[in-house]
Amino acid sequence: MAITQLSVFLMNQPGALVDAVSAISGAGANIRAMSIAEANDFGILRIIVSDSDKICKLLGDKYLISKTEVVAARMDDRSGALYPILVTLSEANINIEYMYAFTASAADEAYVVFRVNDVKTAEAVLNANGISTLSDESLKL
Amino acid sequence: MKQYYQPEIETAPREKILEIQNEKIVKQVRHVWDNVPYYRHLMEKKGVTPDDIKSVDDIHKLPFLSKDDLRETYPYGMLGTDLKDCVRIHSTSGTTGKRVVAFYTQHDIDLWEDCNARAIVAAGGTKEDVVQVCYGYGLFTGGSGLHGGSHKVGCLTLPMSSGNTERQIQFMMDLDATILCCTPSYAAYIGEALAEQGFKPEDNKLKAGIFGAEPWTEEMRHQIEKSLGIKAYDIYGLTETSGPGVAFECEEQKGMHINEDHFYAEIIDPDTGEVLPEGSKGELVFTSLDKEAFPLLRYRTKDICILNRTPCSCGRTHIRMCKPMGRSDDMMIIRGVNVFPSQIETVLLNEGYTPNYQIVVDRERNTDTFDIYVEVAPDQFSDLMSHIQRMEKSLESALRTMLGIGPKVHLVAPKTITRSEGKAVRVIDKRKLH
Repeated sequence: MAITQLSVFLMNQPGALVDAVSAISGAGANIRAMSIAEANDFGILRIIVSDSDKICKLLGDKYLISKTEVVAARMDDRSGALYPILVTLSEANINIEYMYAFTASAADEAYVVFRVNDVKTAEAVLNANGISTLSDESLKL
Repeated sequence: MKQYYQPEIETAPREKILEIQNEKIVKQVRHVWDNVPYYRHLMEKKGVTPDDIKSVDDIHKLPFLSKDDLRETYPYGMLGTDLKDCVRIHSTSGTTGKRVVAFYTQHDIDLWEDCNARAIVAAGGTKEDVVQVCYGYGLFTGGSGLHGGSHKVGCLTLPMSSGNTERQIQFMMDLDATILCCTPSYAAYIGEALAEQGFKPEDNKLKAGIFGAEPWTEEMRHQIEKSLGIKAYDIYGLTETSGPGVAFECEEQKGMHINEDHFYAEIIDPDTGEVLPEGSKGELVFTSLDKEAFPLLRYRTKDICILNRTPCSCGRTHIRMCKPMGRSDDMMIIRGVNVFPSQIETVLLNEGYTPNYQIVVDRERNTDTFDIYVEVAPDQFSDLMSHIQRMEKSLESALRTMLGIGPKVHLVAPKTITRSEGKAVRVIDKRKLH
């Protein structure tokens, strides 16, 4: 289970993101979710794509890129839906390094992506509490 | 009106100076031959013996010394006396691999302090003066050199060392300092700090400043003179030859008089080593004439400069050198500290980075800015910003430890450092210093 996030090192300057996005689309990938962390001189583009292995190889020549396992938990697209997920993780003593969310194709569905210190436990406790999580395979559909 | 610390030497006729030099060089070469096996070996390799050196005209026969020789012989290999006769050491800035330790007997300290006393008197100093020394004290020669010179002149000496600008200003104003000794950038900084506290240039009692240890321009001189209400004098020296005071400016401010009774200067072609005729631009080489503990013959300073033998209206007869016009190696002087790109390379490799980097030095508000752009290596990249920032901090701290001053590190993507003809441009110095 768990899904693969790609992290790409980008310079914090105009044009850096458009180049990266163009390379990703040129490789035929659909970005399902993304977020950017920024520092003064550089940024880290974090993306969830449909075929991470292939994209990682294709972009690897041009970009500094790394793979990280993250947890993508399904939730309802409504007020208060995030709360029980966070409580579940917190009670299992899971630390969230960062997170971002995206909505799914079904109208009432959303996903929240967690970078945590313990992916296995996080997924186990979420699933045990009736919260489903995505796998790389499910992203390919 | 004209003031000299040692008028009989400083204004001696040329023939007299030559006589002193010729007498001293014969003894100095014999001293080195007898006591420094390393240099004796260099002489033997070149087929020169002390008998070949009868006057300064023969100095060109002697082999050169460079910083590499001093590193090779670290720590005692250049020692010309018993260690028990030495009373002090000083050391260059820069660190592992680049450090040079110089030794001094009491005689060496005395002659060095005399040189600094000459500089202070040339800047108008008398025993009535209060000299504020805010060069660093310690291994660095700046503090001790001017401090000793100030004592010799009989000035009241404020041994402030560098930093703590608030305290510098307090002592300057409360104790009526009249002569300021520090790096030109620190002088400029003090000038700004005074203005920020609402002081006007005429509010302080300063009349002169003796500034050195780093390159500075005429524009900077004017700016300092204006902001502090003083006359700013240049001073030159290097740890290898003693420290500051090897050469100093007189009131004419048209070059620095080299203390020729202690140091013999030559200008050479840095590529061929050939001595160039007077007035040529080339690398400055010094031969100590009467040092005991650390006598260096034909030491290559790597400073590019021109010598001028025309008489100076100040009355001093010693030859003058211009401000160094550049370097024949890649050493940079940043905030008064000597920095070699190779030191930065060593740290990068130790810390797991590729040696792809670029150094950018600039000057903002009279203070050097020092930025290093480093390409991130795949092993170091992570999705966690905190991890990357921790590495950046750790690299900054390793660089600070190695260099003695802290650069700002900027991590950049691989293969983004500008390369020209396949070779990376390592240093971009935007300061207009020469």
